[in-house]
Amino acid sequence: MQGDLASTASTQITRLALRWLLYLLLVLFALYYLAPLFVMVTTSLKSLEEIKTGSLVSLPREVTFDAWGTAWSAACSGIKCEGLKPYFWNSIVMAVPAVLISTFLGAINGYVIAQWRFRGANLIFSLMLFGCFIPFQVVLLPMARLLGLMGLAGSIPGLIFVHVVYGLGFTTLFFRNYYVSISPELIRAAKIDGAGFFRIFWSVFLPLSVPIIVVTIIWQFTQIWNDFLFGVSFSQAGTQPITVALNNIVNSTTGVKEYNVDMAAAIIAALPTLIVYVVAGKYFIRGLTAGSVKG
Amino acid sequence: MLERLERQIPKFVLAPSFAAILVFVYGFIVWTGWVSLTKSKLMPRYEIEGITQYQRLFASPRWDTALENLFVFGGLFIVLSMLLGLLLAILLDQKIRTEGVLRTIYLYPMALSLIVTGTAWRWFLNPGLGIEATVRKWGFEDFTFDWLVNPDMAIYTIVIAAVWQASGFVMALFLAGLRSVEDEIIRAAQVDGIPLWRIYVSIIIPSMAPVFLSAFIVLAHLAIKSFDLVIALTGGGPGYATDLPATYMYSMAFSRGNIGQAASSAMVMMAVIFAIVVPYLYSELRSRNDAR
Amino acid sequence: MTPILQIQALNKNFGTLQILKNVNVEIESGDFLVLVGPSGCGKSTLLNCIAGLEPVTSGQVAIDGRNMNEISPKDRDIAMVFQSYALYPTMSVAKNITFGMRVRGIDKQTQQEKLAEVSRQLQIEPLLNRRPAQLSGGQRQRVAMGRALVRDPKLFLFDEPLSNLDAKLRVEMRNEIKKLHHNLNATMVYVTHDQIEAMTLATKIVVLKDGLVQQIGTPAEIYLRPANLFVADFMGSPAMNLVTAQTRKNGRGTELVIERPAGEPLRLLDKKARNLPDRVVLGIRPEDITEAAFGSGKNVHITACDVDVVEPAGADTFVLLSLSGKEVTARLKAETRAAAGESMDFAFNMEKASYFDVESGERIN
Repeated sequence: MQGDLASTASTQITRLALRWLLYLLLVLFALYYLAPLFVMVTTSLKSLEEIKTGSLVSLPREVTFDAWGTAWSAACSGIKCEGLKPYFWNSIVMAVPAVLISTFLGAINGYVIAQWRFRGANLIFSLMLFGCFIPFQVVLLPMARLLGLMGLAGSIPGLIFVHVVYGLGFTTLFFRNYYVSISPELIRAAKIDGAGFFRIFWSVFLPLSVPIIVVTIIWQFTQIWNDFLFGVSFSQAGTQPITVALNNIVNSTTGVKEYNVDMAAAIIAALPTLIVYVVAGKYFIRGLTAGSVKG
Repeated sequence: MLERLERQIPKFVLAPSFAAILVFVYGFIVWTGWVSLTKSKLMPRYEIEGITQYQRLFASPRWDTALENLFVFGGLFIVLSMLLGLLLAILLDQKIRTEGVLRTIYLYPMALSLIVTGTAWRWFLNPGLGIEATVRKWGFEDFTFDWLVNPDMAIYTIVIAAVWQASGFVMALFLAGLRSVEDEIIRAAQVDGIPLWRIYVSIIIPSMAPVFLSAFIVLAHLAIKSFDLVIALTGGGPGYATDLPATYMYSMAFSRGNIGQAASSAMVMMAVIFAIVVPYLYSELRSRNDAR
Repeated sequence: MTPILQIQALNKNFGTLQILKNVNVEIESGDFLVLVGPSGCGKSTLLNCIAGLEPVTSGQVAIDGRNMNEISPKDRDIAMVFQSYALYPTMSVAKNITFGMRVRGIDKQTQQEKLAEVSRQLQIEPLLNRRPAQLSGGQRQRVAMGRALVRDPKLFLFDEPLSNLDAKLRVEMRNEIKKLHHNLNATMVYVTHDQIEAMTLATKIVVLKDGLVQQIGTPAEIYLRPANLFVADFMGSPAMNLVTAQTRKNGRGTELVIERPAGEPLRLLDKKARNLPDRVVLGIRPEDITEAAFGSGKNVHITACDVDVVEPAGADTFVLLSLSGKEVTARLKAETRAAAGESMDFAFNMEKASYFDVESGERIN
């Protein structure tokens, strides 16, 4: 009896110790992921003087927002020194219509493919799906020529066009997979009620798509906001999105290297998607997994 | 008549998107493939020349480095992200009370632009002021961590940053996979007295084979397309030490004005991706059609 | 009088697959037509063809004398209730019911009046502001019926509407549909795989198998005089007993000789059967094999059989006998003294016997 008690006590202790170890590991990993963000924030709040003398991981002795101000409105990229502000707006002007258009098209495409099956619909879907996977390098050259021909080279509408075209595959996939689980009887009932193709889409399907609309908008916004390849390939001075501007500021060789400004600029560029992530993380993760595990 | 027209509406609605994909994906691939067989330099030319661009590509030491880097970076990136992701997923699967918060923390890098990630890591890895300097200040005077400027090691800095960015995502995939394993199987194993680690090794992980596969596909795809991170972290340097096919293609296309080389390198990238992705997608689509 | 629904020489193919083969059906106003058959027999496809949800390959569907082939579902003056109910998930019950009227631009006042009338009829007034997800299965069923009733159509179509309900609710709703049919004097076409539903609801039954109509008739006709072995086996529970027998004509009628596993073959005399071939399949319903004491009538044959299994089922007791290599079921009173392994006398009511051709399976009497 005694021995039993002792052994249960010892297994209890082992279990507790394991539990602590587990939490310790988890916290250490959390620190690993958080450390860069922490260093970015603290660095952005330090003066250049302090950065050069102090340590990477120490808190700022004196908090200053100068670097943020510079990053927003005065940092130099190339020859111009107007900070990230104009590029932040470029990114918004580019991302908002591109996200809305590609989401809408994806919704109606998904609706057709999942609910109005016709001969060849599956082939079309497969072709769109394969299109999601191409390395964009393979379309850069012809797209640059085409944008030139259309008179959209180096313009924001050109970037919107590119993002819509290459976002279509994913948005269609999202909606198709969402709609495919909806019983075809719903459409039949609506047909008998007298509704047509668009009325059914508008009154029956769109209202029940709120979750997938949120997922798609978040996915597309993150993709487009964070894009660099299209931005750097198809924009010119003045129309660059924020990722390109950030890279230019960081690589700008004029004057002293201002690490605090770089970090503040990086945080500004990351802020919109970070906020989306924090506010709607659930939908963000759902989009990520939906985008990778097909179906 | 009207009735007939109405039946065609779905096709009319899908047609523009389908046409866009046909032209801007498949048409453009054909264009690039065509141009890769010509002598195009600054401007595209359309007279077929043969495979000289590819011969020149594979004779170029810079492309050699890029390909080699791709295999080193891709291999390490995929393996490390998978290991770390799996470990995190298993740790998080132990009924952790703060799971939601931890998951949010592990996954947030995925919301960042790779340019941001590159900018941040470039600062930490900077030998003069970053980690190296900090550790030296702590009293380890001989500590060196200069991978960023060391041509032999620079490619590993890209691995570090990329794993930091993507491993949380792999964790999310694996966690979903772990959760989808039938509860009763696990309970049956527990009743049989099988230790927990053994349950993971023999039952749960093998049943997640499809998740491993899709994680692999996504990571491989990310690796081959990697461009932003290299640009922001090393700019391809020192020298060409961290060039990847994507950066090679970009610099040929937009700074060196060598469209033929750019096109042929893009086609090689696509061939690599398709070699990985096509069999996967094909089997996915087929198994789904069979199930129907 | 023009038939309200007339299906003529209807064929339906999916690709090279023939789903429906030369279907001809006609019903009058007020009929309750049930399409019944095993899954995959084409009954739902036939309903969808009537509704216009599937185009027909050839032949025609006419409603109230008008050819419907090129008419879209919304203009066919029909209403339909679906297996999954197909309620619009984001709309309230009231909106679900009035959706069709809103689409058609019917004025608000009429909408409200009709809604009130139908919800009173179906007793769903308290549910009008709820969403479908907040309703039980039975309630959803009622709302789906409400959506159909409010249309006041020429033809109601039901696609296995009760198959998602539990057994008790199914019986309740079945009765309710029957009452509704009676009260509205409506014309209904109803698809089910459940032969009891078919028997209880229908004024006319179409039995389908592999896209071919097997028999059309009233429930009584189908039950008493199944047209072939398939219908005989499919309709009725427990199923009709079907055993092969040798026939011998004699002065008093036709004698049927049926092999038994042990002992003498069973000999049954049918006084009325004429002109049967040498071998037939005899079909006899379980309730037409009773204890000798309860069997009476001119054409009843009493003989002894060995009891294999006794299955008390409450109201009745089923007894299994072995005949011609098959289990044959007899339906006895609950208080029978039949015991497994013992022999007892059974009365075979040959008046109700069906005979089928051994080769083709078609009815021959």
